[in-house]
Amino acid sequence: MSDTPQISRRGFLRAAALVPAAGALAACATPAAPPAASSSSAPVATSAANPFGVDAKKPLEVWIFDGGFGQDYAKNIHQPLFKTKYPDVEIKHNATKEITKVLQPRFAGGNPPEVIDNSGANFIDFGALSQDGQLQDLTPLLDAPSWDDPNTKVRDTIDPSVIEIGTYDGKFSVLGYVNYIHGIWYSQKVFRDNGWQIPKTWDEFIALCETIKKSGKMAPFTYAGKFPQYLYEPLLTMAAKIGGNEVLVNIDNLEDGAWTTEAMKSAATAWAEVGAKYLMEGTTGLDHVQTQTAQNKYKVAMLPSGSWLENEQKTTTPPDFEYGMFPIPDVTGSDKMPYGTLHTQPGENFIVSAKSPHPQAGMEYLRGMLSKKAAGDFSALVRTLTVVKGATEGKDISPGVTSASKAVTDAGANTVYYRWFNWYGPLKDEAIAATGQLMSGGLTPDKYLERIQKKADEIKNDSSIKKYKR
Amino acid sequence: MIFNRYRRGLFITSFLAAPVILYLVYVISPYIQAFYIAMTDWRGVTATPRFIGLDNFERLLGDGTFWKAVSHNGALLLLLPLITIVIALFFAFLLNVGGPQGVTGIRGSKFYRVVFFFPQVLAVAVVAVLFQQVFRPDGSGMLNGPLMALGLPPIGFLSDPDVAFWSVLGVMVWQAVGFYVVLFSAGLASIPRDMFEAAQIDGAGRLSLFFRITLPLLWDTVQVAWVYLGILALDVFAIVWVMTDQHGGPDFSTTVMAAEIYRNAFQYFRFGYASALGVVMFFFTVGFAILSLRLSRRERIEY
Repeated sequence: MSDTPQISRRGFLRAAALVPAAGALAACATPAAPPAASSSSAPVATSAANPFGVDAKKPLEVWIFDGGFGQDYAKNIHQPLFKTKYPDVEIKHNATKEITKVLQPRFAGGNPPEVIDNSGANFIDFGALSQDGQLQDLTPLLDAPSWDDPNTKVRDTIDPSVIEIGTYDGKFSVLGYVNYIHGIWYSQKVFRDNGWQIPKTWDEFIALCETIKKSGKMAPFTYAGKFPQYLYEPLLTMAAKIGGNEVLVNIDNLEDGAWTTEAMKSAATAWAEVGAKYLMEGTTGLDHVQTQTAQNKYKVAMLPSGSWLENEQKTTTPPDFEYGMFPIPDVTGSDKMPYGTLHTQPGENFIVSAKSPHPQAGMEYLRGMLSKKAAGDFSALVRTLTVVKGATEGKDISPGVTSASKAVTDAGANTVYYRWFNWYGPLKDEAIAATGQLMSGGLTPDKYLERIQKKADEIKNDSSIKKYKR
Repeated sequence: MIFNRYRRGLFITSFLAAPVILYLVYVISPYIQAFYIAMTDWRGVTATPRFIGLDNFERLLGDGTFWKAVSHNGALLLLLPLITIVIALFFAFLLNVGGPQGVTGIRGSKFYRVVFFFPQVLAVAVVAVLFQQVFRPDGSGMLNGPLMALGLPPIGFLSDPDVAFWSVLGVMVWQAVGFYVVLFSAGLASIPRDMFEAAQIDGAGRLSLFFRITLPLLWDTVQVAWVYLGILALDVFAIVWVMTDQHGGPDFSTTVMAAEIYRNAFQYFRFGYASALGVVMFFFTVGFAILSLRLSRRERIEY
């Protein structure tokens, strides 16, 4: 028996280990580089009507973030409009709340869809996408004739900040569609009924808080305590108003000491006072929906938010609530930027994947979205302004949007924005954590700024993190 | 003849091949790949990650947030098994042998047995959302409502960085106790009744019954519980991620290793770095398993 081959347990295990080895190697978490795209079909000729060369035989896949704006605007406004010009292009419409989970594997696998509304809490990091060459250069879109008028370029129909903010590595590649306008939101009815005036200076603001507090009718102020980014927004806007736009530019560029400037100190001190004296009870533990609903129930007078607020709250807002918005008041009397300075920031970011099968159709889809009809119908449907100039002209829009768009007109060129939170995720989380502490008294304004500055320095010195400039 | 020789082997192979292949492809191979990804700067979307050696590990040594997370896991590793086991043992004892005769449970024990098991039936995510409401800082919170009605200031169970960690620990204990009550009850059921009776005839009260009879005879079960709970403490994620503010906040006061891995991978898109954190967590877990198996070697009591 000794020379008869027996299968021992050990031998069997060895054999069993070998069989799947090939399979295991094939099933890699990191993908193999995809084969070079085979350009089997000749590119379609471009023309004034079809500036990017959309191929009617190829489908177009669209992914919409199904969040506050829903997905109906894409299905019922944008896609039918696209179809009027390209009836033969098959549109594959999809929507998800989890952009990253659904689409990150598609990028890693080398077959991303054409158009992505890369928004929501789980959007795919733009820096990572840009670093890997996944973003289609949208400069041709800017230079193409607009959908409505062949004599006007798309570039001239949209808010210029879109181009600035959507530029990664020198290429315009992210189209913010919605123009978010930040400010302090209140009920016009409540203010009218109580005879409260919109504060023009910070002293008036504090006096108003005091009046509201004493009236006993409601708490003066609240913010989404669970998400302190709602509060660092007015803080940074205030700092820019005091010290000028360069305050924010320096912060974005990770300049030394950018967070600890005098302007930042005044702003942090001002808001820490609000945190200490005028917050609605329990604010730190409530989220944006809970605080906004408290405002709808007339439990609190003011909160910082953006122009998406009215749409977000449409189911809980009393019919006569009448949302209104005012800008950050004058703080020092010698503020570098005038009263009315606004933080406006394009959001709801659309991208076209460079490595998708049909990026031309993706760009054409975006061109359609930027038409006055598409943008105007969008604003009417979801009560939010878009970045398309004058798209709401002659439309019947809600009081909040009216108030916000008036603020934009009043601000003129005095608008500011910042981008560090999109560029440096760890800095954002540190600022969120620290801002929560500032407002609940756990950090003094000085310590607060030092702490964020420390994180900013850390990121600046970390060679593995890609740096951006504006 | 040849066929017969291999028949037994083939028979075994046919049964084992599928699970072994699945295990290798979906469990072992990702583990090995994680070690490789940990040495790259992969950001999740590119097809060609760059090899950077041990840079990620060097970086994580200076990552204050990660070490804060490790310290929270460490605290949970000590406290979660201790508190859970003490409470579960107490309940199991009362339910099974805590009655006046010493061999039955206290009155209504059948009812309590079901009640204790309730939390175990709920999914972790459900528990987390449930407790967000229980811990709400305003008058509609289940805990703060009564407090405020009494005129006391509300407690920021999840919003005060000094309190939030204890809230997380409390929820974890609340959820785990039920299962261990059942586990210890089963252990108690396997202890012969005559031991308790004999002890009682000798005049042992409930206290000495517990420490002289119940605990020593349950020691094996307690060790198993300790290892399970230890692992639960090391890989806790869902409760923290869903329940706490800012996913492990406020101010990172409740964050744990798994949360930092998730944050780095799916929010910062630093898959390479996140894998390095994962590798560190892997060694912590394996280390704990080896240590606890070593320490718990003890002679089994036969009866």
